[in-house]
Amino acid sequence: MNPISFLTQMIRIAIPYLFAASGGVVAERAGIVSLTLEGFMLSGAFAAVLGTNYSGSPWVGVLCGMLGGLIFSLIHAVATIRYRADQVVVGVAINLLAIGVTRFFLKLFFASSSNSPRVAGFGGNIKAAGFDNPLLWLGIIVAPLVAFMIYKTPFGLRVRAAGEHPDAAESVGVSVTRVRYVAVAISGILAALGGVYLALDQHQFTDQMTAGRGFIAISAVIFGRWDPIRAAAACLLFAAAETLQIQLQGSHAIPSQFIEMIPYALTIIALAGVVGRAVPPAALGKVED
Amino acid sequence: MSAPSLAGGTQPTFSAPPWRERAEEALIPPLVALLVALICGDLLILSYGQSPAAVYRLLLEGTWGNAYGFGQVLYKATTLTFTGLAVSFGLRAGLFNIGAESQLAAGGFAAALAGLALPAGTPLIFALLLCMIAAGLAGGVVGAVPAYLKTRFGAHEVIVTIMLNFIVLALLNWFIAGHLHVPETLHTPEIHAGVLPRLADIDPRFHGSAANLALIVAVLVAVAVWFYLFRARGGYDLRAVGLQPEAAQYGGISVGRVWMRALTLSGVIAGIGGINYVLGYKHYYEDGFASGAGFMGIAVALVGRNHPFGVLIAAFFFATLSQGGLAIHAFVPKQMMDVLQGVVILAVAMAVPEVRRILRGARGRKDA
Repeated sequence: MNPISFLTQMIRIAIPYLFAASGGVVAERAGIVSLTLEGFMLSGAFAAVLGTNYSGSPWVGVLCGMLGGLIFSLIHAVATIRYRADQVVVGVAINLLAIGVTRFFLKLFFASSSNSPRVAGFGGNIKAAGFDNPLLWLGIIVAPLVAFMIYKTPFGLRVRAAGEHPDAAESVGVSVTRVRYVAVAISGILAALGGVYLALDQHQFTDQMTAGRGFIAISAVIFGRWDPIRAAAACLLFAAAETLQIQLQGSHAIPSQFIEMIPYALTIIALAGVVGRAVPPAALGKVED
Repeated sequence: MSAPSLAGGTQPTFSAPPWRERAEEALIPPLVALLVALICGDLLILSYGQSPAAVYRLLLEGTWGNAYGFGQVLYKATTLTFTGLAVSFGLRAGLFNIGAESQLAAGGFAAALAGLALPAGTPLIFALLLCMIAAGLAGGVVGAVPAYLKTRFGAHEVIVTIMLNFIVLALLNWFIAGHLHVPETLHTPEIHAGVLPRLADIDPRFHGSAANLALIVAVLVAVAVWFYLFRARGGYDLRAVGLQPEAAQYGGISVGRVWMRALTLSGVIAGIGGINYVLGYKHYYEDGFASGAGFMGIAVALVGRNHPFGVLIAAFFFATLSQGGLAIHAFVPKQMMDVLQGVVILAVAMAVPEVRRILRGARGRKDA
């Protein structure tokens, strides 16, 4: 196995996870459950392909993708913050809605129930192995950026306060509602960028193309104990396992299904507290009346 | 509310609002959601340049208007009843089981194994019981894992059941793809015993539809769940824990034991649902047969307001949407129904707390 090809493949697999998990950390640190990452990614992927297809420019696609994620995240925010709907139920609904909306518009715009036509993307230099794609570089630095925002900026302090002690935050004049709206919007845009990367890397949208990646990102958030850098490390770990599975294909050393299970099994182990307990933000998922 | 006394002998009295207000609180959210869905449906149909009235008429004709369509609705409603009951059973105890998807799959897999192990010619009632026990056990095992992790380590059941879905489905895929499939397919051989008669065997007008006697089992399970929740001691404990775990603990109920029982039984119910596809429709287990049915169970439980009979109605409603998509496909893509399902869940989720606040606000003003 060539270590360079292993590393490049691992990074390319990790990028969607890095975007989505960074988004998940922001929303969950503000106290809003992020079961919606899958839906945000899917809507971002579709909107990016739509925008690129009609403009011919992947940059317009990126903006459209971010807008797609923003729209879905605002639905999520209004439902959970304004209407105080159950965050888990809304999460399930948003994911189903994203599947439905992308399928319907796939049919409406591209007259297909499976995939869009081929669209432009970034880079394309074979020798660069995907590293001439600006989104890839953004994906590599997104986790440190989110870490800086959460730990070093006033807004990050408010996000953490909204997730741990919303009452205390309110009492010193922080609008928890506003902080949570912004945090959910950021999570939508970031997760959508994960979907945008995926779609533009493959130069098309296919039905349910995110294929559970949003849930792997949630695993990474939990396994990384709601810390952006540790979550990013978890993303790299999961991507490494996946790369191993791809590169070992055909050797039958370990059935691929067992490698698929790794992120999920590690998350359960982390939640059960076998190696250092994963403790969520205190106000996560709580609705105060 | 006729409540059996708690273990400690104290008899708490709920000051339940009168039935009319409870009915309003239960029924208004789904009705609001239906209205919102109809409006969204109109917009989607218009975006396709079709007439909403004509499309809705087509939808009704293709589902309730003929025996085949109606049979298909009943078939789809059967699986959704099982997963909806499973989710609502957990929610009554305050636990969110998102694992119905994999519990259903595991149940179907176990039912197929039992049907394969039994010799041909086994009496139906005997084979059905054994297959149901196998299915229930498999679903129950999958349900018991998050239950144990929750009571023993406090691991949140939502995340554990989601993660377990992926693990169990990958495991089943490994069994099927690697060991048990008929070559060139992803399904097991046909079962030897336990094949359930279809409705078409009783009334030929249902010819071609997959509706089968698992429907009766689903209704019986709904009645059993109702009896357990509202007429049995265990169900009373379960609901008490769901409403107020601390108070229930104080009242002498072992919350951990109730959680264990609730999630495990929830898994059992979802697991038994596997018989609809395996014994009633295809007569084999096929990889991916449960896809989506578990998540729809959450929608069914929500719209059915966690009441077993509400679940029956909600399952019928979502089955109609799903079958209706096929009926209108020539004019508007069936994908429209995927959108409407999401809209309904979202609208109910938002309307439930809102309606409660409005009604309680109105009541508060009346009292003052």
